[in-house]
Amino acid sequence: MTDTETPLLTTALDALHRALGARMVPFAGYAMPVQYPTGILTEHNFTRSSAGLFDVSHMGQVTIRGLNGADPAAALERLVPGDIQALKPGRMRYTMLTDDAAGILDDLMVTKLEDRLFVVVNAACKTQDIARFRAKLPDCEVIEHHDAALLALQGPQAVTVLETLIEGVEDLGFLSGAEFAWSGVTLFITRSGYTGEDGFEISVPNSAAQSLAQALLADARVKPIGLGARDSLRLEAGLCLYGHDITQDTTPIEADLAWTISKRRRAEGGFPGASVVQQQLADGTSRRRVGLQPEGRAPVREGAKIYADAALTEFLGTVTSGGFGPTVNGPVAMGYVAASHAAVGRALFLELRGKPVPAQVAALPFTPHRYVR
Amino acid sequence: MSSLKFTEDHEWVLITGTTARVGITAYAQEQLGDVVFVDLPTVGAKFAKGKEAAVVESVKAASDIYAPVSGTISAVNDALPDDPSLVNTDPQGDGWFFELTLADAGELDGLMDEAAYQAHIGA
Repeated sequence: MTDTETPLLTTALDALHRALGARMVPFAGYAMPVQYPTGILTEHNFTRSSAGLFDVSHMGQVTIRGLNGADPAAALERLVPGDIQALKPGRMRYTMLTDDAAGILDDLMVTKLEDRLFVVVNAACKTQDIARFRAKLPDCEVIEHHDAALLALQGPQAVTVLETLIEGVEDLGFLSGAEFAWSGVTLFITRSGYTGEDGFEISVPNSAAQSLAQALLADARVKPIGLGARDSLRLEAGLCLYGHDITQDTTPIEADLAWTISKRRRAEGGFPGASVVQQQLADGTSRRRVGLQPEGRAPVREGAKIYADAALTEFLGTVTSGGFGPTVNGPVAMGYVAASHAAVGRALFLELRGKPVPAQVAALPFTPHRYVR
Repeated sequence: MSSLKFTEDHEWVLITGTTARVGITAYAQEQLGDVVFVDLPTVGAKFAKGKEAAVVESVKAASDIYAPVSGTISAVNDALPDDPSLVNTDPQGDGWFFELTLADAGELDGLMDEAAYQAHIGA
């Protein structure tokens, strides 16, 4: 694929990114800011200490509504292992679309509202996801919100800043959402994000997206943050990146995401690949996603091979995300290893430029989550 | 007497007698972003022109640094392992990588002068 074949899509904040001096890169078909002039390290640290504003409008925003009295939560459970029917109105949950072999087709956030579900899916998967919803949920209406941008405000100051603009958001608990009025438009705000910090994701009509972003950026406690720091933040938080840490070749159990599957759903099944998930829950898996802490300072990146021995002969698996963790102040990675070597503290070796780097299986997250419970 | 030359791969080469000090240009560090690690060669190692002699790692990616001319490593910048950000803050000064003793001074003729390098990066 070359960048010139198809013109890149732009978000409602494109002009603002450019005015702020962002370096724009192609990402999932969109022109997106990878960093602003101060750079990824500064942006990362600012998000952990104050509040970072991210444009995540490339992600898909979808409403699923039942037709003729159908329950959209029961319907969606035919496609995901998450317990959607247990969600009370205003509550949200992380789950994934699976195939018949329990391979992960995408990961998504689902919020239950009175009569519908609000779903956020990955940019690179959204076309296939929506086609899947439409094909497999004939009892539901599936609406993609092309007319809405999505902003994430993340960090310890996010709540204080957002409350000054939109009264009442501080009452939202972690993983819950509600509608709020702002400047003549309706925002759908959830207390969520993908950085490990407290924060919010805000769905805003495209027409008001730039003015909302500017209102947030007018506060000195907020700076714009690009995809580069978003990636290092989510990696330190131990969160999976679709297409890397989780793919159609990995199951939720191998990916250490069994916590997303409730007792009822484990017992009842009823989602694609349920028999594989049930068997893996009972018998274990041959490999598992783990955190990896390399010794020294050198980042070990996606694709690096993992071995049991310094001679690099006993192959254990592959690094799926890796880089430098600014908060950890050292290299951090995640990858799949043979289950025999998945215990926290287990010593292993990562191949970096042909040489063995000693490493340990590390507990995730690398940086403690600071969600507001 | 010393002279400053540049490669198409955005390394600078400061030549003093038979010694060449090597680093990356301000333009290159700007493109790389925050440098978090530099893998330096060992003193005494020999490199042919164009061979990978060091690796510079930004938050985003690893980039090879090539020997701009053939030679033997005579010194490395011991300050970099502790403070790789010197590559960002002073790329053409304290952020240098290594020095090598020239094997063939004639290779210097293939490098660019500053004006040619500025044209190369479209400055």
